[in-house]
Amino acid sequence: MTHLIEIHGLVKRFGPVEAVKGISFTVDRGEVLGFLGPNGAGKSTTMKMAAGFLAPSAGRAVICGHDVAREPLQAKRKLGYLPEGAPAYPDMTPAGFLGFIAQVRGYRGAEAKRRVGEAAERVELGRVMYQPIETLSKGFKRRVGLAQALLHDPEVLILDEPTDGLDPNQKHQVRALIHGMARDKAIIISTHILEEVDAVCTRAMVIAHGSVLADGTPAELEARSRYHHAVFVRGVEPLGDGIAGELAALPGVAGVEPGGRAEAAGLYVLARPGADLLPVVRELMAGHGIVIAELRLERGRLDGVFRDITAAKN
Amino acid sequence: MGTVGVVFRRELASYFATPLAYVFIVIFLVMAGALTFYVGGFFERGQADLQVFFNFHPWLYLFLIPALSMRLWAEERKTGTIELFLTLPITTGEAVVGKFLAAWAFTGIALALTFPFWLTVNYLGRPDNGVILASYIGSFLMAGAFLAIGSAISAITKNQVIAFVVSAVVCFLFTASGSPLVLGPVTAWVPGGVVETVASMSFLSHFAAITRGVVDLRDVIFFGSVIGLFLFANTILVELKKAD
Repeated sequence: MTHLIEIHGLVKRFGPVEAVKGISFTVDRGEVLGFLGPNGAGKSTTMKMAAGFLAPSAGRAVICGHDVAREPLQAKRKLGYLPEGAPAYPDMTPAGFLGFIAQVRGYRGAEAKRRVGEAAERVELGRVMYQPIETLSKGFKRRVGLAQALLHDPEVLILDEPTDGLDPNQKHQVRALIHGMARDKAIIISTHILEEVDAVCTRAMVIAHGSVLADGTPAELEARSRYHHAVFVRGVEPLGDGIAGELAALPGVAGVEPGGRAEAAGLYVLARPGADLLPVVRELMAGHGIVIAELRLERGRLDGVFRDITAAKN
Repeated sequence: MGTVGVVFRRELASYFATPLAYVFIVIFLVMAGALTFYVGGFFERGQADLQVFFNFHPWLYLFLIPALSMRLWAEERKTGTIELFLTLPITTGEAVVGKFLAAWAFTGIALALTFPFWLTVNYLGRPDNGVILASYIGSFLMAGAFLAIGSAISAITKNQVIAFVVSAVVCFLFTASGSPLVLGPVTAWVPGGVVETVASMSFLSHFAAITRGVVDLRDVIFFGSVIGLFLFANTILVELKKAD
């Protein structure tokens, strides 16, 4: 099977600045790839090249077997693209705007109407369909942009920050929408919200300074965290230094750290790779007769991994 | 209806979605009237023709058309909609032509609304309506040429004010290229052939030829070529500048 999205060595130079330095990857049907990275990392530039808006300085992007530079129309027909900031014509209404998109995509009459209705329903535009887009809230504008990208039910979706500016409920909605479509599409989203990666992505790619620094499932990325498989323990009474020392001496323990502000009086017991600390920590606590208020196994922290990966390059 | 038609319809409708269309049309009609009756001395001439009315068209277009064309691409770039527009299954050429045709049709509407002048002159006397029709065709063609220039320049910048000013200047050069003002600095240091070429670019002389009542193929081809050339440049400029 060919990949729905193939990116081969994309490079983009703006004058002397190399914004994207040779990025390659593929995305298959059923995958949701999350682009993570600090602002200015080259995420949007890569997406613009994949969507055929920007011509790459080198390399090529292929959507559903169509080279974006050589067969732009075929590639664009297969693609739904939400540009950064979800631009839309401010003096049009969502109904007019989506109608225009439907017509450009070749739908006429009843079919166009049905497509517009479906797309509007999917993102719940309902009551604002006949208000000028410039009067809409940021959340609705974003949804208009999403509706536009989904209208032709494309096999490939490229969404640049689809949940930016939405409130938590709307974020949840959009994530559910993406999740629901994921099975028969190849989707790329960019975000700097790390929980989003966990919520919708099957795969995450950390991009900084124009290069891919990490590529794996969210779980694989979490495994790179120093908190991966760490145990957090908090007693009803504050744990003394003695306990901390004993915990640190346990086999498989890499170190002990105090908890953060919200977790005062708790300790993080960091694990060496492969160690299973939960039983031994519990045993030690029981041995000292400490009443445990909280005990949990950490999966790892994406934000820490993100910081480590992106900061290492600086 | 092809893609160009879809773009055309959206663009034309967008003029009427804002006060722009009405302001433009009203100002165009008021200016045309004021220039014809007060400056041109329509009644004093005592002739049943629209010569003075059409004489002012190049000068009206000089600042009204750039006001219309300045937004064509500059606005798309400023609001970022260009990124959406050009990632739809549409070629840049179709986008350029669709936008241009909508703007041209809009000026056509404004021009058509000057029909009371035609009624007036027919009421007052017996004008040569063939000459008037030719003049309308000539005026429409010239408006198209101005628009194509303005559209191409609008693609260079995100700033509509810059687009307006530069378009007005370039349009002025084309309008007046037969006059000493433009030819003067050129004659001193270039061969005569070039001077003649520059002079032959004058919109004024081609328009004047048509308003005499003869729609000469050469004049039509001239305006057609200017439109074609600038739309071609427009397409290239959009490609080059779209992502800046």
